[in-house]
Order: sequence, then structure tokens, then C-alpha cells
Amino acid sequence: MAIISNAVTIADAGAFSVSLGSMTHIKTLTASSSANLQFVHGSSSVILNNTYPIYLFKMINIHGANSQELNVDFSIDSGSNYSQAKTSTFFEAQHSEDDGTNTLAYDGDRDLAQSNSGVSLTTNVGNGNDESACAEMYLFNPSSTTFTKHFITRAVYYDENGAGVRDAFGAGYRNTTSAVNAVKFKMDSGNIDSGIIKLYGIKDS
Amino acid sequence: MGIISNGTTLLDAGAIDSGIASGAMVLLSTLTASNSATLDFTSGITSTYKEYMFKYINVHPSANNTSTFFGFQVDTGTNTNYAQTMTTTHFRGAHSEADNHATVQVGADRDQAEGTALQSLAYAVGGNADECISGTMSLFDPASSTFVKHFLSRANVYYEADITMDSFTAGYVNTTTALTRVRFKMTGGNIESGIIKMYGIV
Repeated sequence: MAIISNAVTIADAGAFSVSLGSMTHIKTLTASSSANLQFVHGSSSVILNNTYPIYLFKMINIHGANSQELNVDFSIDSGSNYSQAKTSTFFEAQHSEDDGTNTLAYDGDRDLAQSNSGVSLTTNVGNGNDESACAEMYLFNPSSTTFTKHFITRAVYYDENGAGVRDAFGAGYRNTTSAVNAVKFKMDSGNIDSGIIKLYGIKDS
Repeated sequence: MGIISNGTTLLDAGAIDSGIASGAMVLLSTLTASNSATLDFTSGITSTYKEYMFKYINVHPSANNTSTFFGFQVDTGTNTNYAQTMTTTHFRGAHSEADNHATVQVGADRDQAEGTALQSLAYAVGGNADECISGTMSLFDPASSTFVKHFLSRANVYYEADITMDSFTAGYVNTTTALTRVRFKMTGGNIESGIIKMYGIV
């Protein structure tokens, strides 16, 4: 039975006919001294397939047990294996609280050239009590079996040693034509003490 | 009473059923400038959302001046000082209509090191009739009582010398007190027109 209001069909056949917005929250993971936070399609209500052409991850107040980098990696086998080739870029703006450092530079230590390592979202994030990282990452068309899997990232974070702020930009591709169906976030070493990561799907119709 | 269609619960208990995928970007407030000295969001910034997103659309200054910039500040509680301490970065890509200026550079004149001034989001916005700034800013977890408050902004501006300028600004408000207010203003003159929208991100 359709639900009709003022001659407009609001819902029919078990679904809303009107737009409820194009950005859909899928899943929130909360760290609690966690080795990693992992989104696997089909597990714990996670959707990461051809339902959406674009997926957006938001990382909010990620606080490491140590001053380490926040990394991300991608899997084509539901998280069994993350070590596959990626090529990426990384540059960042930096400004210290004492105004002594103020730079914009490419960071060749954080980019990848067909490397199996994780993708750096940050350099070392401070782990003082009030220090953390916030970031976002777009992952495009992970279910494609034709194209490589592109991603773009931006992160703002408190530099280690209370040195100031960094604004880091990353982008690249997971060099595979197989569908990506899992994404894992972790620190370089040590746990994610606290923080949340949200996954959204962006509709195209 | 639930409303069920084709065996699927669409509405129940006064809300869209949790099984229905719905919009994650919730419009909370829209402010429209009319030769306004400031545009202040003084309510709705709470712990309800972990991210608040602001969209500035066709913000047009009353002045056409190279020293004028569009920026923001924040405050806590019901305070109106808008002078919280920030450390920020700012860089921009720029290209002139005449094709004689193309660069990417740090804007050391627009960042702050533990400063309390209005934080620039875009500078030297043209004041001619068709010139303006549009952009977006995310403010993360403003209600946190543990962490500093991070923000990210990107804005494109019609620079008064006929240059397009892609402005990247980021930083943190160096306080563990919850932020409740956000102010946008020009450093010189008023915001003649434009709208700023605030969204909560579910």
C-alpha cells in the first residue's frame, strides 16, 4: 500500500519514494585500546560493495597509545590479506605553536610506489591527553572490476611533541582491478586508544 | 503505531525506522547576510553530532580591499568574546585571469600560532558585483571536554585582482572546553550578502 500525502507518493513497495538524502551513514566503529578498526563488507552490518559508487570515512579524535602515524589499507578478500600494491602521494602544511615552523612540502617518506605498506594519513600524531587527529577519506567505486581503486584523504592533527598543527593531503590508488571489500585503519605501532571512525555511502541516484 | 509497506517498517515510534537508510547530513540552520557585521551561529552546536559542517555560499563583502578577509572565530558557553586561541595553517593555489600569475604558496600572513584573532578562510575577496567566496568547513567534536577542537576548510575566492584562489585552512582551537558558538565575519566592512548553512553530520 502506498503512502500518499497531498497527491505525492511518500512511500511504496517497502521503500520511501521521496529523497531521504544522498549521504547515508552505514557504520560507526569506536576504538577502545584497539589494535585496528576494520570495515568488512557483510560483517556487522557494514556495506562496502556496489551499493554506493563513493564511500566516505570520517575519523574523529583518533588518539594513539603512542605518537604514531595513522594508516589505512585495503583488502580484496574480506580482510584476510591487506598487503597489496598501492601508489600514492602525500604532502602537508605545518605550523608550530611557537611560529618557528611554517611550511608546505611534499613528504617522500610517506608516499608509496607500488608498495604493500599501509597508506599514511598522517605523520606522527601527538598522544598527549588533549591531542588527536581528525581526517576524512573518499574511496571511489571499490567494487569496480575494471579500474584501480582511487582514494583521497585529508587529515588535521596535533603534531607530536606539542609542536603545532599539520594539514596532510594524500591520494592514490590500490593497484587492483579486483573489488575492494574491506578497509582497515591502524596506528603504525601500538593501539588506537580512543576515537571513532564513521563510514558513509554516497548515492549516485 | 508503525507504518509498514510491503512488509517493511518505514516509520515507527515517531521516527524513520532504524532499518531505513536515511540522510546523514542534517541541515540545522541557515543564516542570510544583509549587510551584516557578523553571522553568528549561537545555538545547535552540542554533543549531538561529532562533526558540524558549514557551507558558505556566495559570500560577498561590502568592501573591495586587499586587506579584507573572510574568517571565523568561536566561543564557549554564552560568551561573546570570540577570541579563542588557535594554531592554524593556510596555503593557497592561485591563477589570474590574465594567465600571468600561477602559484601555490603558504599564506604565513593568514595563519596563527596560538593567536586569538579572526581566522582567515579566504582573503582579499573581490567586492565587485559578481565577486564572492564559496567554500566549506568541518568542525570536529566541538563538545569534547578532552581534546582540542580540529577544523578543516577549503574555499574558493574571487580575489580582488581578478585571480581565482583555492584556499586551504586547517588547525585547532586550543581548548578542552566545549565550543558552542561560531562567528563568521569580514575584517573590513560588512558581509553584504550570501548565506552560510550549518549541518550536523550523523
